[in-house]
Amino acid sequence: MLHATRLEVSLSERPILRDVEFRARPGQLTAIVGPNGSGKTTLLRALTGETPFTGRVELDGDDITALKPWQLAARRAVLPQATRLAFPFTVLEVVRIGLSCGREGGRESLAEAALARVGLSGFEGRLFHELSGGEQQRTQLARVLVQVWNPVADGLPCWLFLDEPVASLDIGQQLEVMRLARDFATAGGGVIAVMHDLNLTAMFADSVAVMREGHLMQQGPPGEVLTDGCLSTAYGCRVRVNVAPTAGAPFLLPHACAEAPRFERSAPGP
Amino acid sequence: MNETVISPGLTWPGSSGAGDRRRLAARTSLALIVLLLLVSIVSLGIGAADASFWHSLVTVARGDELSALERVILFDIRLPRLAMGLLVGAALAVSGAVMQGLFRNPLADPGLVGVGAGAGLGAIIAIVLGASLPAAVSLAIGHYIVPVAAFIGGWVATLVLYQVSTSRGRTSVAMMLLAGIALGALAAALSGILVYLANDAQLRDLTFWGLGSLAGATWGKLMAAAPLILLAMAAAPFLARSLNALALGEAAAAHLGIPIQRMKMLAVVVVAMATGAAVAVSGGIGFIGIVVPHLLRISVGPDHRYLLLNSALLGASLLVLADTISRTIIAPAELPIGILTAVIGGPVFIWILLRNRGLLNL
Ligand SMILES: Nc1ncnc2c1ncn2[C@@H]1O[C@H](COP(=O)(O)OP(=O)(O)OP(=O)(O)O)[C@@H](O)[C@H]1O
Ligand SMILES: [Mg+2]
Repeated sequence: MLHATRLEVSLSERPILRDVEFRARPGQLTAIVGPNGSGKTTLLRALTGETPFTGRVELDGDDITALKPWQLAARRAVLPQATRLAFPFTVLEVVRIGLSCGREGGRESLAEAALARVGLSGFEGRLFHELSGGEQQRTQLARVLVQVWNPVADGLPCWLFLDEPVASLDIGQQLEVMRLARDFATAGGGVIAVMHDLNLTAMFADSVAVMREGHLMQQGPPGEVLTDGCLSTAYGCRVRVNVAPTAGAPFLLPHACAEAPRFERSAPGP
Repeated sequence: MNETVISPGLTWPGSSGAGDRRRLAARTSLALIVLLLLVSIVSLGIGAADASFWHSLVTVARGDELSALERVILFDIRLPRLAMGLLVGAALAVSGAVMQGLFRNPLADPGLVGVGAGAGLGAIIAIVLGASLPAAVSLAIGHYIVPVAAFIGGWVATLVLYQVSTSRGRTSVAMMLLAGIALGALAAALSGILVYLANDAQLRDLTFWGLGSLAGATWGKLMAAAPLILLAMAAAPFLARSLNALALGEAAAAHLGIPIQRMKMLAVVVVAMATGAAVAVSGGIGFIGIVVPHLLRISVGPDHRYLLLNSALLGASLLVLADTISRTIIAPAELPIGILTAVIGGPVFIWILLRNRGLLNL
């Protein structure tokens, strides 16, 4: 269980997060959504201990500020929004950096297995900086995966913190990565993902936290949180939420789409 | 590609497939060790005096005594000089590799960004002011004062440089190079003032030293520099895994469990010890620290677990080779080795710049 209480973060003397109360359970995928600049990345950074904060963050009962870096690294891995590599490592070498810092340091074959899991088998020998944006992001995901390969280790759950894991991926890869996160959670691990795609969030998340201007507006199951009212307030634009015909999960459309006739105006004139 | 399911059981553990350059790195180490031995033998064998290593070896093998002259040339001139060349070459290359890893930048070289100048200033202070130490003190620790002062000078310069050029875990290349220029100029100016204070004997020491040469190598100097260099060499491997993680960025390295502040302090000390000791005994020998790690990175990859060892081996070989050339090419006179490394290193450095133009976003 990850539990943050009375979380406050200031950056450059500016208050960014104010009195945030956030929970995530192992075995679940918890999504953080909200408009640009609402503090999602900042919240994630505070939860991972990257940014100094006031308040308290507990990871399965331990205050994270009391844990040593290597103790934390054995229990959680973090996927950043983007990575710039300083030197020309190959894809395989990048993944092995994660492996050498995790619990399963000796299990060489995990690197290939993780690359296969993110659909990058055959990319082992490519140089990281010569990959496309999406391929780089998936390589980093493989690197993060091998750090906490077992969703549960020594009786404690492991955690994945993902900042916009699907932002630069095509729709096939988006589903693949979300499934991967889902599987990690189903196997007993905890996943916390910053998301922009509300439909993917509705489909895959067990719990959704909505951020707005540094506050956590609401947190709960997608069915309760992803409502017209809540989202319209959070994003400042009207959205219409429907129920997906097959899965029963909510799916939503920006208001502009829902009011299809408005598009006729932009159609080319005679 | 999504449908491809590769069972981990089917891949061989430790198989050296595509993207795995570890076997290549190990083979390179072997080749470099052979190169090091060859270069060392050649370096012992040739020189201004006609005392052939082979001749000596054969003499000793026959059970005959070496002549007194042969013995002096071999044991008091060439051997300490060879040892010094090996140590200094390894120190320069390793400190370059560590500094590039720390700054996350292939252009960070102690000689280039003012750390060498800081170490030089420390050495000059020690040479000039060391004379005013009580005789008893300078007898006891005299040899160690210059290298230790150079270490301190290099250490301060590295800390200043890091503070100036890095903010929130990102090093700005422009800031690093400009701060390096400023530090270098400052150190040169202060050194200039000290030169005015120096007496004639010290002045001769300084000039000799400033040329960048191994010609002054003696067992005494070697004993003074060796502990610092060997300590740095022994500490460097402990940095390898951290430097690899740091290549992903400071935050990512922290998430991987690296104690960032501690490893940075260690890296700075390693750089300062290796550079300081090398500068103290050999003056400013440039370009080894930037050229050697770069050549190895493009041929066997940037993994620091292999890069550091291979840099030490290649740096040592290249410096001894350069020293051998510099003392034979215009024999009986001798070319300062710093000139030779600059003549070769300068163009190679420009080539490195051109190759990295896209990556460096200068
Ligand atoms: N170092 C900083 N100093 C001052 N303000 C900052 C700093 N970093 C971020 N901010 C501000 O904090 C707010 C929250 O930023 P954050 O990166 O958490 O947003 P986000 O929700 O992740 O947005 P996005 O969807 O664009 O990724 C923004 O208003 C941003 O301008
Ligand atoms: Mg963000």
